[in-house]
Amino acid sequence: MSASGLEGYHGEILRRLKSANAEIGSIIRITTRSGEVFEGTLFPRSEYTDPNHLVLKLKNGYNIGIHYEKTEKIEVIGEGPKPHFTKPPSPQKRPGLPRVAIISTGGTIASRVDYRTGAVQPALTAADLASVVPELASIAEVETHILFSELSENVTPAQWTTLAEDVAKRIGDKVDGVVVSQGTDTMHYTSAALSFALQDLSVPVMLVGAQRSSDRPSSDAASNLNGAVALAARADLGAVGVAMHEDTSDRYIVAHRGTRVRKCHTSRRDAFKSIGSTPLARYDLQTGQIERFDDAPRRGMSRKLSVKPHFDQHAYLLKFHPGFNPEMITLAVSAGARGLILEGTGLGHVSKYCYDAVKKALKQDVPVFMTSQTIWGRVDMNVYVTGRDLLNIGVTPLEDMISETALVKLMWVLGQTRSPEKIRELMLQTVAGEITERSPIMEAA
Amino acid sequence: MPFDYSALGLRVGLEVHRQLDTSHKLFCDCPTILSTKPPTLTIERRLRPTQSELGQIDPTVLFEFRKGRTIRYEADPETTDLVELDEEPPHRLNEEAIDIALTITALFDARPMDEIHVMRKVVIDGSNTTGFQRTAIISLNGKLNVDGKEIPIQQITLEEDSGRKTGESKNSVTFRLDRLGVPLIEISTGADINNPEEAGKVAFEIGKMLRATRSVKRGLGSIRQDLNVSIKNGALIEIKGVQELELVAKVIELEVQRQTILLQIRDELRTRSLKPTDFTDSFVDLTEQLSSSQSKIIQSAVKNGEAVLGTRLAGFKGLLKRELMPGIRLGTELAKRAVFWGRVGGIFHSDELPGYGITESEVEAIYRRLECGPSDSFVLVADSKENVLDGLKAVVERAKEALTGVPEETRTANPDGTTQYMRPRPGPARMYPETDVPPVQISPERIKRIADNLPRMPEEVAKELGSKYDVGPKLASELVNSDYLGTFEHIVTSTKGVSPSFVATVLTGSLRNLEREKIPIENVTDSHLREIFNLVGEDKTAKESVIDIIKWVSSNPNAPARDALGKLNLEMLTQEQLSEIISKILESNRSLVNENRAKALGKMMNLVMAEVRGRANPKLVTELLRTRLEQLKG
Repeated sequence: MSASGLEGYHGEILRRLKSANAEIGSIIRITTRSGEVFEGTLFPRSEYTDPNHLVLKLKNGYNIGIHYEKTEKIEVIGEGPKPHFTKPPSPQKRPGLPRVAIISTGGTIASRVDYRTGAVQPALTAADLASVVPELASIAEVETHILFSELSENVTPAQWTTLAEDVAKRIGDKVDGVVVSQGTDTMHYTSAALSFALQDLSVPVMLVGAQRSSDRPSSDAASNLNGAVALAARADLGAVGVAMHEDTSDRYIVAHRGTRVRKCHTSRRDAFKSIGSTPLARYDLQTGQIERFDDAPRRGMSRKLSVKPHFDQHAYLLKFHPGFNPEMITLAVSAGARGLILEGTGLGHVSKYCYDAVKKALKQDVPVFMTSQTIWGRVDMNVYVTGRDLLNIGVTPLEDMISETALVKLMWVLGQTRSPEKIRELMLQTVAGEITERSPIMEAA
Repeated sequence: MPFDYSALGLRVGLEVHRQLDTSHKLFCDCPTILSTKPPTLTIERRLRPTQSELGQIDPTVLFEFRKGRTIRYEADPETTDLVELDEEPPHRLNEEAIDIALTITALFDARPMDEIHVMRKVVIDGSNTTGFQRTAIISLNGKLNVDGKEIPIQQITLEEDSGRKTGESKNSVTFRLDRLGVPLIEISTGADINNPEEAGKVAFEIGKMLRATRSVKRGLGSIRQDLNVSIKNGALIEIKGVQELELVAKVIELEVQRQTILLQIRDELRTRSLKPTDFTDSFVDLTEQLSSSQSKIIQSAVKNGEAVLGTRLAGFKGLLKRELMPGIRLGTELAKRAVFWGRVGGIFHSDELPGYGITESEVEAIYRRLECGPSDSFVLVADSKENVLDGLKAVVERAKEALTGVPEETRTANPDGTTQYMRPRPGPARMYPETDVPPVQISPERIKRIADNLPRMPEEVAKELGSKYDVGPKLASELVNSDYLGTFEHIVTSTKGVSPSFVATVLTGSLRNLEREKIPIENVTDSHLREIFNLVGEDKTAKESVIDIIKWVSSNPNAPARDALGKLNLEMLTQEQLSEIISKILESNRSLVNENRAKALGKMMNLVMAEVRGRANPKLVTELLRTRLEQLKG
């Protein structure tokens, strides 16, 4: 809420509300020039909507907008009840349940609605969470904390470092699993980053988010969170995963391998898909059973976690397209690129008019890698002449690594070395399942 | 039972819902049609209550959640997309629907909002995939004149229709998503209606106004009336889903009767000096005692390892069989509560026992076991122990409420005008803004454009119909008050060879008769009707066949109407075929023809028509017969 207590109102309307001593939440009476009377609670106004209307929540719960030119008189006739939340008692600890740390980085995995003002308030303490998602208390003993609060598009590689270190600390505290909640848009970058930064994991680390905001009854937040906590608590995995809906039903929460997952839809619950590999495991919301699919590492409490949390963000992912200006490659290099991923067409191609720019980058010790924009499949630069040309120039193909994972890996590799040879070597060395040797027979979803 | 409604202090408010006939749904581009084909996709979902700022959850909402039922949704690509599946945000508010709502606003002289705000109204029974219904006030403070009395039209709302329930079991409920998102207009009157007949009239007049826009849907389910009924010392009862206009008055009469009798029962309980403290949740396990009972329900419970429990209802003897409405006794009210809260199949009460396989000696033994006095009743429930306990608690609660008279509740209307318990009255609506849909400003220019293009009122349209199409005044008025005016105009302007009054008669009288016979005429679309009249106009079938074809189409909605001709043997005979039939009939009735030449035409006509009805034009039959008889003479 703004300092004036009149969030979203501007100009003439703000002046009139102020002179009436009205605030958001005040019960006001508006008399129009034609003599009509409206009573209701003054509601905040969205910043970017037209500035000429004031919004009133009527007694029956409906909002209406009234044009200020039609109002004759605005009076405050009462104060609305101040919202206050009676915290439910903390859940009884059930001895013997696995311990799971929930780290929140933003995106509201659970929240309450203030029906009076429409505001959505995040629920983040363990007690809050238990009250919004009471089932959690029977799955694990959860401990929650907020690490940072960012929309997922604002999360930076530096924050991956902070996050990786924090996860490592929880694991050091001997939890049975870790859950990281994040906004979904860049969750697959974060999952790749954690996969590289946390090696030899002894327990599962599950990223989780929601495609439907948690203030609505149909939100997938609670079921995803249930699944993520159950997988973190009980799955026989020592790996990073993304735990989200398997399909559009609220039935299975599937954990995708952190380096083989991609957000493939803007809005569906099952937006996250494993690309060219099977998921790690699946949780059945109805029966509570967990099924393992993969040869991913199992839990191993004796395993010694190796933390390599540094990322150098001087890496760029360039998508080739018809009409692509090769100057973009040169610009990236002069902007400080220490490595480049070209997302080429088909088996891994960019037009021959890019050859010079690529050569120039390599000459300046900026290694250039190739992935494919087809999303599914392996690059192979020996099939067509363009591929062979590019290989000959010195472009390194990255097998079936997905582009986003390749970018994150490049940042991580750059965090460890600047030597072009070493960078190339590390990029092709499989660290966390990011390259698969066999291409499984499965449908491209 | 005749009532003095003004002495009883009857107050009724109406909420009339009607689907709008827009080209697409309120928040997406799917068509507003119901699918007649099987679904191609079925999914499972759960809904959970969202908490209010007070950390409180409406008990009814919590109850729906605790039922733990899986919600199944059935979809098909023709009528549904990701928006209905709650997998894509809603698109912008449908402008066509806003225009229709603004037209209706003008017809009721209501005050349109300067800015329309779409709200989310929390509903977690599963009928909306989102867990809320999107709804927006279009206008306030309108009025309607009915027989010289001004009825306030408090609010006009535009909202999305819910999913269509297609199945329900203890553990799951299934909705078809074709209907979800169809625009609905809701007209709410003030509680200023004071007798049942007036309520019927108000509903009729509202219907007339809505129809005048010629933009509302027709057919079963396209219109729903909710009634809010109260009498002095009674309670406000919300009655949902009265589908037929004719039923409005009857439902109110029966509700007044129910409340009146409940008040009499209250007085009787008071004279028996009963207090709420006489009713406690003390339940006795009778499973063993009844283990060899012949009652099928008890037998099956015992066999499944479930329980039979009973409770005493102090001072209720004889009251449970008291009839509140035809077929609905006080015992029924208790039973419906047990079904709702306890998920049980029903209850046994002592006023109906011995019976249902429970013998007199068993009844006596139960009386003794429950320590019933001579004026006490008892209730038995058989099901899983948990359900039985919840069910009996609900029974005791309802019995206690009888001491104060009429409990507030939401009821649902049955087709015969009686009602039954549906759920408790919901708390204040939990509404919050639909932030995915920006508010819509209504400009003065838009209001003016609507005002300049208001539809004409039915009386005026009827007059014009009469002169333009040669339809009698009575038929014209029936037509404008039916849902088929647009269909009529379309057919008579595009089809040659059928008389407008024949079309009008079918569209008003015949269709209504079929509806009464429970023929699913909602499956018969405008294009079906056009095709049928075309078949007549092109002499492919006879006028007499129209009803049979309509019936056939109503159960075969995915086939073209012309298929009915072959299936029902209603194809027109060629002149050769007809001549042949005539020859045969004349041949085998030669003596009859010779006997009385003068009367032969009439008699032969009857015989031939009996054979060819629906397959030949009677005029042509007469003509052919006459020629043949002439020939015979010669």
